Order: sequence, then structure tokens, then C-alpha cells
Amino acid sequence: MSIRHALLALISEGPKYGLQLRQEFESRTGEVWPLNVGQVYTTLQRLERDGLVESEGSGGAGPQNVFTITPTGSGELNEWLRTPPDVVPPPRDELVIKVLVAMRVPGVDLPELLQVHRRHLVQAMQEYTRLKSEITEDEVELSLVVDSELFRIEAIVRWLDTADARFKRRPARAASEEPASAPRVGRKIAGIRR
Amino acid sequence: MSAAVELRQVSKVYGSGPTEVHALREVDLSVRGGELVAVMGPSGSGKSTLLTIAGTLEEPTSGDVVIAGQELARLSRNDRARLRRRSIGYVFQDFNLLAGLTAVENVALPLELDGVRVKAARSAAMEVLAKLDLTERATRYPDELSGGESQRVAIARAVVGERRLLLADEPTGALDSLSAETVMRMLRLASHDGVAGVVVTHDAQMASWADRVVFLRDGRLIDQTAPGPGPESLLAPGANQ
Repeated sequence: MSIRHALLALISEGPKYGLQLRQEFESRTGEVWPLNVGQVYTTLQRLERDGLVESEGSGGAGPQNVFTITPTGSGELNEWLRTPPDVVPPPRDELVIKVLVAMRVPGVDLPELLQVHRRHLVQAMQEYTRLKSEITEDEVELSLVVDSELFRIEAIVRWLDTADARFKRRPARAASEEPASAPRVGRKIAGIRR
Repeated sequence: MSAAVELRQVSKVYGSGPTEVHALREVDLSVRGGELVAVMGPSGSGKSTLLTIAGTLEEPTSGDVVIAGQELARLSRNDRARLRRRSIGYVFQDFNLLAGLTAVENVALPLELDGVRVKAARSAAMEVLAKLDLTERATRYPDELSGGESQRVAIARAVVGERRLLLADEPTGALDSLSAETVMRMLRLASHDGVAGVVVTHDAQMASWADRVVFLRDGRLIDQTAPGPGPESLLAPGANQ
């Protein structure tokens, strides 16, 4: 997550102090991503160095300084908001790697392994949902943060379900046999561009 | 609190010989009043069969079903029908409200069919509708209600009166995600009011509203979630590591 751009967005609403920025950042993201003061001031110094914000006050990035966005900063913020996040190439997903490896490890019960992970993920979803059940309708920011976690974990559960169904359907194959298409898949995925 | 519904070593076999299908195999499941349990599993894992057997709509091939302390196999047909009418409420994916009746009439109907006077039935129905935030919609007909509202009326109908057990089969399958969330909130509210709830779903987000999630595979209950430590743990630094 870009703290730099999140702070720039907060300053775009009007001039603000460093401590105020930290408080606002945390309360708007439901305090899910805590920030330390050092991170805030280092980021502000860099924003000023790059000409994206200006400060007024005793000089340096101290607590007495008020930060204001510059026209260059506004341009940078707008561009960042519209830039799609990097979705390809795929991240090294630990669970995907575990399951791929498990397919070749002798004696592993694949459905049982998938269920261990499924249970763990559904339990995490239950915790997020309990949190959501305590959120009031006007706490939109916090609801969005929790929703995004729930959708992210749900996607993994659905991937496990699909993996389960694929294993059930696949023809029996000796563990030593190389799947014919495997070497090509990586290259094909790498070829997907926005 | 004792179990509102208990399945003991329940098996269900359809057909015989080479076409035999084992829909459920020795399932043990107990749900107490005030608890909402979600049943997850792929298509054909036995989820719906489990629900129809818990709801006395089908009999198990072997094993026992106990509802509110009464062993079903020991009851006469009439007693079983009465138990089904008075103690069990059903919620389906497509709501199944009667089109010619208003929301409150739909909710009061099971009580009226059971001999409760119209006035008393309506007032009990209004009380449940109020709990589910539907007072304003009480005199509307089903075609004037949104999908989410229709399903909440169906939940009201399922819990009105002295119901002990609420059974729901993919209750949010036809709804958008926010309406589905409201329906799950209401199901949770209704069950935490004392009714035992069992929801069948393949949707993990919906299942996560339950106090406990049980997993079916090939007719067997293979696993279940443990009660969680509460939401605070998510906010602790490093909780996602």
C-alpha cells in the first residue's frame, strides 16, 4: 500500500499537520494499518523534496509544520488514483506453491490438505464477519476494509474448492510423470499484460 | 442449553443395487437453540439431504433424528406433522411467499393454519416483522418487495410462533451481496433470539455469519470450524502474518 499517496490524498483536502495526518489515516482505514510517527514524517519530507507538498512553519518536518499540496502533487495524486494496481505477473502465492508441491509428495492426502487450509480461511472469515456485525452503517471506510479482506479470503477458498474438484476429476497419473504443458504455463502467464 | 436438533449416525441411501447413492454417511450433528450453524460442501455432498432430514421432510435410512427432545422415529405420523408445523421453519432460495397475501398475512399463515386466531396470529406476525425491520413493509404484497425484503419476510414466517428450528437452503443464492448480507444478519439475529438455525450454502462469505461452519464431503461430515477468539485479534499488529 502506498502511504505516500494516502498522505497526499489527505493533504489534498486542505492544509494539515503531521500528527493530524497520522490520526486521520488510521481512523479512515479502520485502524487496520497502524502508522508510526517516524513513517509519517519521513514520507512528508520526501513529498516535500519531490515538490508534491509545501510546508509552512518552523522549518524541517517537525510537528509545528502545516503541509499543503502543490499543483504537481495534485497531478501526481490523480494519476496514481487512476493507475491500475500491478496484478501481473502473479505474486508468489505460498498456498498455491504448497498445493503444487503437495501433488508430488508421496503419502499426502490432497483433499485433507485442502480442507485444513479451507477451515483455517473460513475461521478467519468468521472473525472478520464478527467484526463487520459490530460496524454501524455509517462507518463506510471500515466496512470497505473488512469487505476487501473478506473478498480476498473468499477468493482463496473458491480456489481451494476448484482445486478439490479438479483433483477429483483428473485421470490417475503416476507421480513421476511430467505434465505435458507445465513448462509452457509460466511463459504464457508472463505474457499476459494489461 | 440442550440441542434443538440432533442427528445421530444418520445415513441416507437412495436407490439400490448398482444405482445405489449414499447421500449421507453416519452424520452426527447437534445444534442448540441460539446457535447458527452453516453447512458447506460441494454440489452432491449431501447438504440438501441433511437439511430435509433435519426438517423431517425425509426419513433417514438409518440413524436417529431428535428434535426438541423428541425422537422422530417414535412419533406417529400425525405427531410428526404437528412437530413439523409448530417447531420447524423453512427458508428457500426463491422465498416461496404466497403472491395473493401481504407480508404480514404470509407470516401469520402458519399460525392460522395451526388454529391460532387471526388477530393473535397477525399480532405475533407484526412482532416478528418489527424485529426484522419490516414494519413499514407489512401490508405490501410480495411483488412490491425487493428480493432481500422478500427473504426477510420468509425468515419472519419461519420463526413466528414457538419455532425451535430454522432451516435455510441457499437463502441468499438469488440476492446481490449487500441484500445477502442483510439476510444473513437477520438469520443470525433470529437464531440468537433462541432458535437453532441451520443454513446450507456453498458461499463462504455467507457461511462466515454462522457461529460454526461444518463441512460435508461425499455425504460425510468431515470437519468444522472452532469458535474464534473474537474480532480484537484481527486488529493486533501482525495478525495477518
